Amino acid sequence: MSGSVLIKKGAEADLYLADWHGRKVVLKRRLPKRYRQPALDAQIRGYRTVHEPQLMHEARRAGVPTPMVLLVDRKDTTIIMEYVEGKQVKQVLNEVADVERRELCFRVGKLIGALHECGVIHGDLTTSNMILDFEGKIFFVDFGLGERSGELEARGVDLHLMQRALQSTHFRFAEECFSSVIEGYAEVLGREAVRSVLDKIREIQRRGRYVAERKERG
Amino acid sequence: MGSSRAKECYCLGVESSADDFSIGILTFSGKVLANIIDAFVPHEGGIHPREAARHHAEVASNVLEKAFAKSRISPQNLSVIAFSQGPGLGPCLRTGATVARALSSYLDVPLVGVNHCLAHVEIGRLETGVKNPVTLYVSGGNTMVAAFDSGRYRVFGETLDISLGNCLDVFAREAGLHQEVGVPFGAVVEKLALKGTELVPLPFTVKGMDLSLSGLLTAAVTLLKRGDHELEDLCYSLQETAFSMVAEVTERALAHTGKKEVLLTGGVAANKRLQSMIKAIAEEHDAEFDVVPGEFAIDNGAMIAWTGVLAYTHGIVTSVEKSFVRLRWRLEEVEVPWIE
Repeated sequence: MSGSVLIKKGAEADLYLADWHGRKVVLKRRLPKRYRQPALDAQIRGYRTVHEPQLMHEARRAGVPTPMVLLVDRKDTTIIMEYVEGKQVKQVLNEVADVERRELCFRVGKLIGALHECGVIHGDLTTSNMILDFEGKIFFVDFGLGERSGELEARGVDLHLMQRALQSTHFRFAEECFSSVIEGYAEVLGREAVRSVLDKIREIQRRGRYVAERKERG
Repeated sequence: MGSSRAKECYCLGVESSADDFSIGILTFSGKVLANIIDAFVPHEGGIHPREAARHHAEVASNVLEKAFAKSRISPQNLSVIAFSQGPGLGPCLRTGATVARALSSYLDVPLVGVNHCLAHVEIGRLETGVKNPVTLYVSGGNTMVAAFDSGRYRVFGETLDISLGNCLDVFAREAGLHQEVGVPFGAVVEKLALKGTELVPLPFTVKGMDLSLSGLLTAAVTLLKRGDHELEDLCYSLQETAFSMVAEVTERALAHTGKKEVLLTGGVAANKRLQSMIKAIAEEHDAEFDVVPGEFAIDNGAMIAWTGVLAYTHGIVTSVEKSFVRLRWRLEEVEVPWIE
């Protein structure tokens, strides 16, 4: 690997830009976390390294663009994948006009719908995990926290996270963005599914952290 | 001395959102004169909101008396009364609000309703000197990672179900452990965990910046009842798994915001293992790490009084009509005009 450059030091993995057989690639390396108990650390990193490429593959089959995975190195807990050139949707959303922003969010919603339809939960839907390439395609990245599930609960949490991410990073137009996302989602999964998932989101939000009373159980 | 003292302004804060009833008195410049905390300890089971509220009503006058005695100021010297308006347990919050309204109307001084979560962050900033931190607030009622951005504190991550403190408490109760005044369940679990050696696999559930602890608790309790593992190993595994989850969420918020300070607060902040994990993360990101000292990390009146001072000196007061308690008042809803 020649000239690999650290491009992002994330919480969960470090990303390097490198040249791999004449190809521009991203190395996603999950380094040991010294704060974690070693056995737990190995378990978490190993699981995510193997799991993430599988979900990326399934997402692509469902029509959601994801970077092509070129190599999975379990021993080094490293994934080598295609480098997608473009801009983070996070950045784009703050730069474009209202109409474009709505359109972008609508397309994001459609992609989430396609993911959920094929039973993939992204697990970390934020606008920094979406890349708009120069041809206008939106790529989803970072499936490290994803899972396979068709359950309403999992879908609800996934969309709830999207909404939370919009509120914390795009608070000025979080609401309109999220409603465009939901419109796109409805286009794929239908009105009925949207109604139940929105009910679920409300339920998740209402879920008390002040558990008033815990019934004694036999 | 006497004349300068007369010019100083004082705020009294009432905290009663959960199991602690507390009165704090401090000066407008942030000197804590009294911070009296009276904790409700149930005979068995968890905190019943009405029982806790009854406790608060019973101890209120005594705690007030102690606070005035300790601070050596008289009620007539107070310029403003602050109270914890939410989030929290309804009956408990209402008891504190009633005390605050009564004081405010009797002394004819303004009332300020304070957001409980905001108060934890603000007293942490006052006591540790950090300026603009990513705050991990972990207690029996709350588990959240918050940081300031554009006029407000934003919640970057939080629990989707139960709090970290609640998770440890319920496990301890299910294990038949006992808590005493001054020795909360968390400390009992921490002590046992020190003797644990084997890591028992338990569900690790981080979803984006949020986390879920209920599955972890259920799994730990199930294993406990099955009896195949030593209690010490289960305490150890529960702590390692749960703390790694909050640590990961904290690190994500730190990486995301690029802030250079990390503040740990709430009742669970006293846990040494959790402190060491969060400290390691801060170091990894070249950030300063601070833990809020014990009496200011748990629920306390001083934090309410201090946040009341900040709000009041920036023109915020709460009329009696608007002083109803807000059980689910979110941190993001509060405007914070005193920063930037």
